[in-house]
Amino acid sequence: MITLAHYIVLGAVLFCIAVAGIFINRKNIIVLLMAIELMLLSVNMNFVAFSRYLGDVSGQVFVFFILTVAAAESAIGLAILVVLFRNRATINVGEIDSMKG
Amino acid sequence: MSLSPTILLTIALAPLIGALIAGLLRNQIGRLGASSAAIAGVALSCALSFQVLYQLVWGGAETFNQNIYTWFQVGDFSTHIGFLIDRLTALMMAVVTFVSLMVHIYTLGYMADDEGFSRFFSYIALFTFSMLMLVMANNFLQLFIGWELVGLVSYLLIGFWFKKPSAIFANLKAFMVNRVGDFGFILGIAGVLFFFHTLDYASVFAHTDALSGKTLELFSGHAWSAATVICLCLFVGAMGKSAQVPLHVWLPDSMEGPTPISALIHAATMVTAGIFMVARMSPLFELSETALSTVLVIGATTAFFTGLIGIVQNDIKRVVAYSTLSQLGYMTVALGVSAYSVGIFHLMTHAFFKALLFLGAGSVIMAMHHEQDMRYMGGLRRYMPITYFTMWAGTLALVGMPGFAGFFSKDAIIEAVHESSRWGSGYAYACVLLGVFVTALYSFRLLYLTFHGKERFVVEHGAHGHGDHGHHPEPGHLAHPPQESPWVVTVPLILLAIPSVLIGWYTVGPLLHGDFFGAAIRVAAGGHEAAQEFTGALAMVVEGFAAPPFWFAFAGFAVATYVYLFNPALADRAKQALHPVWNLLDHKYWVDELYQLVFMRGGVALGRGLWKGGDVGVIDNILIDGTSAGVGRIAATVRWVQTGYLYTYAFAMILGLVALLGGLWWVVRT
Repeated sequence: MITLAHYIVLGAVLFCIAVAGIFINRKNIIVLLMAIELMLLSVNMNFVAFSRYLGDVSGQVFVFFILTVAAAESAIGLAILVVLFRNRATINVGEIDSMKG
Repeated sequence: MSLSPTILLTIALAPLIGALIAGLLRNQIGRLGASSAAIAGVALSCALSFQVLYQLVWGGAETFNQNIYTWFQVGDFSTHIGFLIDRLTALMMAVVTFVSLMVHIYTLGYMADDEGFSRFFSYIALFTFSMLMLVMANNFLQLFIGWELVGLVSYLLIGFWFKKPSAIFANLKAFMVNRVGDFGFILGIAGVLFFFHTLDYASVFAHTDALSGKTLELFSGHAWSAATVICLCLFVGAMGKSAQVPLHVWLPDSMEGPTPISALIHAATMVTAGIFMVARMSPLFELSETALSTVLVIGATTAFFTGLIGIVQNDIKRVVAYSTLSQLGYMTVALGVSAYSVGIFHLMTHAFFKALLFLGAGSVIMAMHHEQDMRYMGGLRRYMPITYFTMWAGTLALVGMPGFAGFFSKDAIIEAVHESSRWGSGYAYACVLLGVFVTALYSFRLLYLTFHGKERFVVEHGAHGHGDHGHHPEPGHLAHPPQESPWVVTVPLILLAIPSVLIGWYTVGPLLHGDFFGAAIRVAAGGHEAAQEFTGALAMVVEGFAAPPFWFAFAGFAVATYVYLFNPALADRAKQALHPVWNLLDHKYWVDELYQLVFMRGGVALGRGLWKGGDVGVIDNILIDGTSAGVGRIAATVRWVQTGYLYTYAFAMILGLVALLGGLWWVVRT
């Protein structure tokens, strides 16, 4: 029997993997974008689980919105990435530190 | 019949106006105008002072005590400028203005070649005004104003030749030492204000019982009688002004000033302000046996030990200066045994003969072309007979030759000390008796070295032109033979010699044995009883020849005569034999060195410590530079958080979010 707890734990695990992906990854900005997507998906997973558990569909409606926004955001992020690559000729995270004080 | 305020105001203000005219308009009216203005002001003041004295003593005028002008008002406390004129004040006014007038006239001759001639007249007239303000005051604050004003004029005049480094050092020293005294004095005045709520003499002295039984706890656990504390504080002021041990160091150095000033300010009048003040405060001092004993012991110490220094000095003015210190000690001793009237009496006689001695010394210095060292004098009696005879008169008065002015007052002091049973009077009696011997010794030494014996200077006829007047490549070489001073110098000498010889005869009866001062001086019951069988001045003189002080003085005279007149080589042998003692005296007991070491070096070290430690260390390094450096260091530490990497920022955001939610959860749960 798969209970609500399993879904929530799955969501938490996915979120943690995404957070770890952001920090541990020192190489590739694309991996960073993917980790952010994964974070959003883990949130979506929670939404769906609670929606099903509480019998309220509005949660699933939100998931669609989030997916849409996430897709748009990825598109923008990849576009920025392309511009960044053109300017710096690298997508190595370690080399992008111009925000340093 | 009462005194007119207009006359009193004229007495006080005439010298001030003279000083202002001489000082501010000196370029317009010239030397003659400036000196005439100052002399006219002081002469007017002098004439009116004698008129006031006459009215008070013989004219039956009542004591004048009136406020002339309200200075300021704070709450229900107001200060006034006013005059309290009783016989004590009137006597002081007469002495001050008379000696001042003599000095003014003398200055015409002494300073004739000085380029600061007009400035000098302005200063001494200002001094006369200040001194009159001091003695005529009817409240403590006005007394203090006069006190500070005479201090200021003294400072200006010691440093009159401001191009001379030693004069600048001396006037700074005088000012500094007097600050110590004045600090005590103003504390005493504050104590009076605290306990009496007024500074007016009459109200304070009428309610002296308000002090009885009052105590002050300056340090916790030590309650002191308020009267003692106030009187000691006031006496510290008197010690500064009247140069008592241990604040005596400034007076010998003040001889750097022109000689007329040494006569007027540093012998006759200003230095006696402390004596006058204590006599004026006699109702307060009578409340405290402790304070009077302190006064007695300090006075006795000054009288004897500073006199000893006078024996080894070679500068003619310094000998007279140490003599002044010693005589001030005598006056203080008189105050200490509650014989205030005797103290004032000695103040008066001393003013005449000491001014005379100083002016005589000045006359000698002029004749020697500003050479002050007695080792290069000698035999001057043939050249300057008037100075010689007047100096003899002054010296006899100083040593207390029976019949001369100083005899009556000094003998009365010694008698009063002898009869006193106050704590310390035994020591004081020994000091004043030995002091008489010492006084005679240094006084006759001065006379013999200066006027008798071989001439120890060389007159070089034609060797020097007129151009280098008073300017010697070698000491003891004169361009002209010494000659008697002009009449402006000798007339004051003669006019001062007359009271030095005679005034005792006429004043000893009323001043010491009559009720001359009336209510001005108050002596507690059981204090000094002046009126033991007084049978007239003549009887006193006759008794004087048999009394111990005369024999002590005679011994001093004999020793000085033998050593300095008949056997001059003995002086040098004695100096060799008693070298440690001579050395001690020559260095003035190393008091100056001690003060330099402790206070001057200490002050410099304290200042340097505060500068290096406090200013540079704490304020500059810690507070100012430290603040900016601290900000820099904190920023440098915190900066490594700002890596520039996205993931760090994201991590910070998440951490912040977690912290925020955790906090929120924690708040909601409780």
